[in-house]
Amino acid sequence: MARPIVEARGIHKHFGALHVLKGVDLEVAERELVFVIGPSGSGKSTLLRCLNRLEEPSSGSVVVDGIDMLDPKTDINRARQRIGMVFQSFNLYPHMTALGNVTLALRKVAGKSRVEAEALGRAALKRVGLADRAGHTPGQLSGGQQQRVAIARAIALEPRVMLFDEPTSALDPELVGSVLEVMCDLRESGMTMIVVSHEMGFARNAADRVIFMDHGLIVEQGPPVAIFENPSQERTRAFIGQIQRH
Amino acid sequence: MSTWDRFVDTFFNARVMAKYLPDILSGVVVTIELAVLIVASGLLAGLALALVRALAIRPLNWLIIFIVDLFRSLPPLVIIVLIYFGLPAAGLSPSGFVSTWIALGLVLMAFAEEIFWAGITSIPRGQWEAARSTGLGFGQTLLNVVLPQALRLTIPPLTNRTIAITKGTALGTVVAVTEILGQASSAVSNSYNPSPLMMGSAAYVVLFLPVVVAARWIETKFAWKR
Repeated sequence: MARPIVEARGIHKHFGALHVLKGVDLEVAERELVFVIGPSGSGKSTLLRCLNRLEEPSSGSVVVDGIDMLDPKTDINRARQRIGMVFQSFNLYPHMTALGNVTLALRKVAGKSRVEAEALGRAALKRVGLADRAGHTPGQLSGGQQQRVAIARAIALEPRVMLFDEPTSALDPELVGSVLEVMCDLRESGMTMIVVSHEMGFARNAADRVIFMDHGLIVEQGPPVAIFENPSQERTRAFIGQIQRH
Repeated sequence: MSTWDRFVDTFFNARVMAKYLPDILSGVVVTIELAVLIVASGLLAGLALALVRALAIRPLNWLIIFIVDLFRSLPPLVIIVLIYFGLPAAGLSPSGFVSTWIALGLVLMAFAEEIFWAGITSIPRGQWEAARSTGLGFGQTLLNVVLPQALRLTIPPLTNRTIAITKGTALGTVVAVTEILGQASSAVSNSYNPSPLMMGSAAYVVLFLPVVVAARWIETKFAWKR
């Protein structure tokens, strides 16, 4: 196997007395789609946020695309351009249009001219099916559209890895499909993706690997079929049983 | 002479008004100059302090909080008097105009800092995280994402504070600043008639109505489509 594009070793994270991550190792290969599931409070979001250093791990190492994310000498802002992130609550800039949201980092970080940035921004909006919404502000868009703008904002920077932190949890059920569709397209284009989500159907169809986390540790991982149909750990079985009942 | 005539003669005496109109007008000019200087320097200094505070350097923040709390609690009149009569002891002798400017500028700075700071902290953490995750630095995020949203929230309280502090220019009379109230009250003593005070009041209203209207206009302009 080629060198993994994401390589996290021995990640611990403390929030005061709370020990949220207790030594997590995660390797993700290029073009792989890894799904992370687990009960709330299991540390899956924190793990994701440690990968682009939105959260500073208490110990351990994170290397993404050959860049040591925790080295103080690393230009973290440059490194983060290569790691797109999509949030549960979209976090679009409400004072800017969809195009403004997508082009801000292109102009300010990637150093593109306004004309260049707008061309790239429109292309990114087209990829998520929102070419005709470029001039709308977030308040004028549905939740599904907002999340797709957020995805466009991330992919416009041509990241090497995309992190999705419960991208559909804040959406009305009928809007989930449009976002998953965009994520499928992204996967088909060969994007490396790490997805924290409970969309089991999507995981079955699209994921290469499913990781089950509980109490700050990876309990079990494997192909979706193995994890969903035939988990080896009791805790995994209990969790899968619980979410499938609903 | 009827009661009404006596009232008009006392408070709206045409002869007195005509005589002292130039004085009141020169007072208006001084008030405007003072107000513009106070508002510009106070708001800028307040914004600067709030931005420095956002850097979260602890000893610096303690200092900022101390300064801000001090100038918010002292009566502005006391600060004017302290600067005017106190600074000469330190070898500086600011005029009444400059003393009033500095004092009210400091007070506005203190209130404005708190208002700007409240605006900055009211922006959800997700906005910072989204911007930082795309590679924007701290300063870029503050200027491009957080501040534009924060400023919109701060406009109504800043307007109130700005109007209040501008009316405070009248306190300059105690250190002989010839602004509206100063001109009006010396005209009252010279003419033995309170009509100049009525002119002064009218001047304040004429001065501040456009400010209030302008503030409303800015508020609607800054509101973004929801």
